Amino acid sequence: MTDLLYARAQMGLSLAFHIVFAAAGVALPVLMVISDLKARRTGDADYRLLSQKLAKGTAILFAVGAVSGTVLSFELGLLWPEFMGQYGEVIGLPFSLEGVAFFTEAIFLGIYLYGRERTSPGLHLFSGVMVAVSGAASAFFVTLVNVFMNDPSGFTPTPAGPTNIEPLVAMFSPGWKYQTAHVLLSCYQASAFAMAGIHAFVLLRHPGSTFHRKALAVALPLACLTALLQPLVGDFLAKHAAEAQPVKLAAMEGHFETERGAPLRLGGLELPKGLSILAFGDPDAEVKGLNEFPREDWPPVAKVHVAFQLMVGAGSAMALLSVVTLVLRWRRREWPASRRMMRAWLLASPLGVLAMEAGWLVTEWGRQPWIIHGVMRTAEAVTPVPHLAAPFWTFTLVYLFLGVVVAFLLARQVAGTLPGRERDDAH
Amino acid sequence: MPTELLLGVAVAGTFVLYSLFGGADFGGGVWDLLASGPRKAEQRALIARALGPVWEVNHVWLIVGMVLLFSCFPRAFAALTVALHVPLTLLLLGIVFRGTAFTFRTYDARGDKVQERWGLVFSVASVISPLLLGMCVGAVVSGQIRVEGRAVVSGFFASWLTPFALAVGVLALCLFAFLAAVYLTAEADTEPLREDFRQRALGAGGAVFIAGLGVLLLAREGAPRIWGGLLHAPFALALHGVTAVAAVATFVLLWRRRFRQARVTAAVQAGFIVLGWAASQYPYLVVPDITLQSAAASPGVQRALVVALVVGLVTVVPSLVLLLRVFQSRSPRG
Repeated sequence: MTDLLYARAQMGLSLAFHIVFAAAGVALPVLMVISDLKARRTGDADYRLLSQKLAKGTAILFAVGAVSGTVLSFELGLLWPEFMGQYGEVIGLPFSLEGVAFFTEAIFLGIYLYGRERTSPGLHLFSGVMVAVSGAASAFFVTLVNVFMNDPSGFTPTPAGPTNIEPLVAMFSPGWKYQTAHVLLSCYQASAFAMAGIHAFVLLRHPGSTFHRKALAVALPLACLTALLQPLVGDFLAKHAAEAQPVKLAAMEGHFETERGAPLRLGGLELPKGLSILAFGDPDAEVKGLNEFPREDWPPVAKVHVAFQLMVGAGSAMALLSVVTLVLRWRRREWPASRRMMRAWLLASPLGVLAMEAGWLVTEWGRQPWIIHGVMRTAEAVTPVPHLAAPFWTFTLVYLFLGVVVAFLLARQVAGTLPGRERDDAH
Repeated sequence: MPTELLLGVAVAGTFVLYSLFGGADFGGGVWDLLASGPRKAEQRALIARALGPVWEVNHVWLIVGMVLLFSCFPRAFAALTVALHVPLTLLLLGIVFRGTAFTFRTYDARGDKVQERWGLVFSVASVISPLLLGMCVGAVVSGQIRVEGRAVVSGFFASWLTPFALAVGVLALCLFAFLAAVYLTAEADTEPLREDFRQRALGAGGAVFIAGLGVLLLAREGAPRIWGGLLHAPFALALHGVTAVAAVATFVLLWRRRFRQARVTAAVQAGFIVLGWAASQYPYLVVPDITLQSAAASPGVQRALVVALVVGLVTVVPSLVLLLRVFQSRSPRG
């Protein structure tokens, strides 16, 4: 492997790791506040326990997210100094605002987690809401940086670097609405599906546990809502990519030859004119194929295509399960509890995280060979520091270790709620 | 004041705040490692209680400092991350293990053995990180990092593996441990525990003095420009004067057991040491090839960042005050 590849692998690994914790940091506070509200309204001890468990989960995941986020803010320079040296100022505004949002998230999380006995109930709840709001804001701002890298605007590129920089234009580069909405939804969706799956798993073993039934009922509405909204937002985003990054769209769809009325290829199936409709909302629209672009500007087509299919496949499965769940909910006036549905939710639980990681790979691989689309190539941005294999393997081992420990700690939090063991065992 | 100078002050300000808050958290880890005597367990419990609600918030100052640095002075950030790639990567590992091990110790309550092991990781990482941070600062001021055009030409090791850089690392470690000990005297809830940390604070204060002297002596050879700046710039001299007065005051207050006031003067002392460093290397960001002016972002970006800074202050300061008020008051149930 070359040093460039090691640098990309290390950045990819760090983001793939961080993204899970960041998503949990955005979504779990929402679920925690919902449980808290229900506990206040009903006085039900189960909801109070649930909000405490979610708070502990948030504490563990946020701590790992905070340090892995720190790693990323340094790695921007450690791995891509040319990118940061020239374009750091162009993307500085959203990064700075993300810093502000992250700050308030950390502050109010501290108050929420440790201040239950020290603050009034109103201030405590307010802190929870602030955690949820700042988490969403920080995801919003940091996604704007990625939007800029995909479809840069707000400056004039020169060999010596950007000139005529307009920070606000750069911050809201085209397509920002769709990509930020897509990312925020994915955070809630991935977390809600993971949570629903955990409680479905316990319910399969202990069908009588009212705690887990209530917890499932907190996760399911968010899971179903996001799973149904996400395909719509994704469609808007794909239409934007068709205009702004036609080569990425072509790679996503494995579309090699430019044609009018292009079909949609799904595995071995071909839907006539499907791609033209999806990309441009017009059955006869011309969709540019990879043949239009010089070979050195192609992203790794096979990887982008497979990752895209994975994301769409997982998203479709989640949407389908959500439709079935909502229909059952509507007919029986309670959230479904059959073993078959519990198994389905258990199977679906990793799909949200899977789709999130796959979707992120689509946007990153799909932008290659550029770090800033059409402006700076990834190979130009990489650090001159040699032996990048060493930090890559170090961080790989560290993140593997941390992942195992976190999984173990979260499993213990869940185990503490099993029937017969309902006790507050840690902290 | 020119905008780039204002932003430079903001970057220096985040470094001061990171030292006062985040630095003291590292210092807490040092005292966790050095916990001893009949009240070993109580010392560790006090440290954990003091850090728990605030360490993540305190840590954010570092992230904000980094973001401001690369937004306001992108070329300096690029040069530093190349020249200091190795110590910064090691520092990151220290930061990762310090934070996660502390959290895991809190939530991994399987038994004393497991908690002890997490505690050891936490405290060792708390010792290594300030050393590395100080060594990076030492490299920046030493003038050993050389930049030609956009390329770093001084290699990846030589600049931070000097006696001077190492001395700055030791000074940072002593300073953070000193801050933590002084803060903990005010946080302790029993008299014997307070005495434990009073002794530690007095000892660490002495160590800061010796380490500072060492840095000063080595600066003559190791950082000639700063040596000149330290001794001759009138502004820098005034800052060092404040540091000296605050240091004596802290010592006297600790001696007379006025812990709440000692906490303030110790923070002033540490803050002015960091400010004194920043002032004595002005106008250089990376001595001697990159200045504040040469690395500054374009004027439009600078204006936008000042606005972001104001937004940040208006949002963060009231929230921080709230956090401190919630956890400083000795609530009957806390």
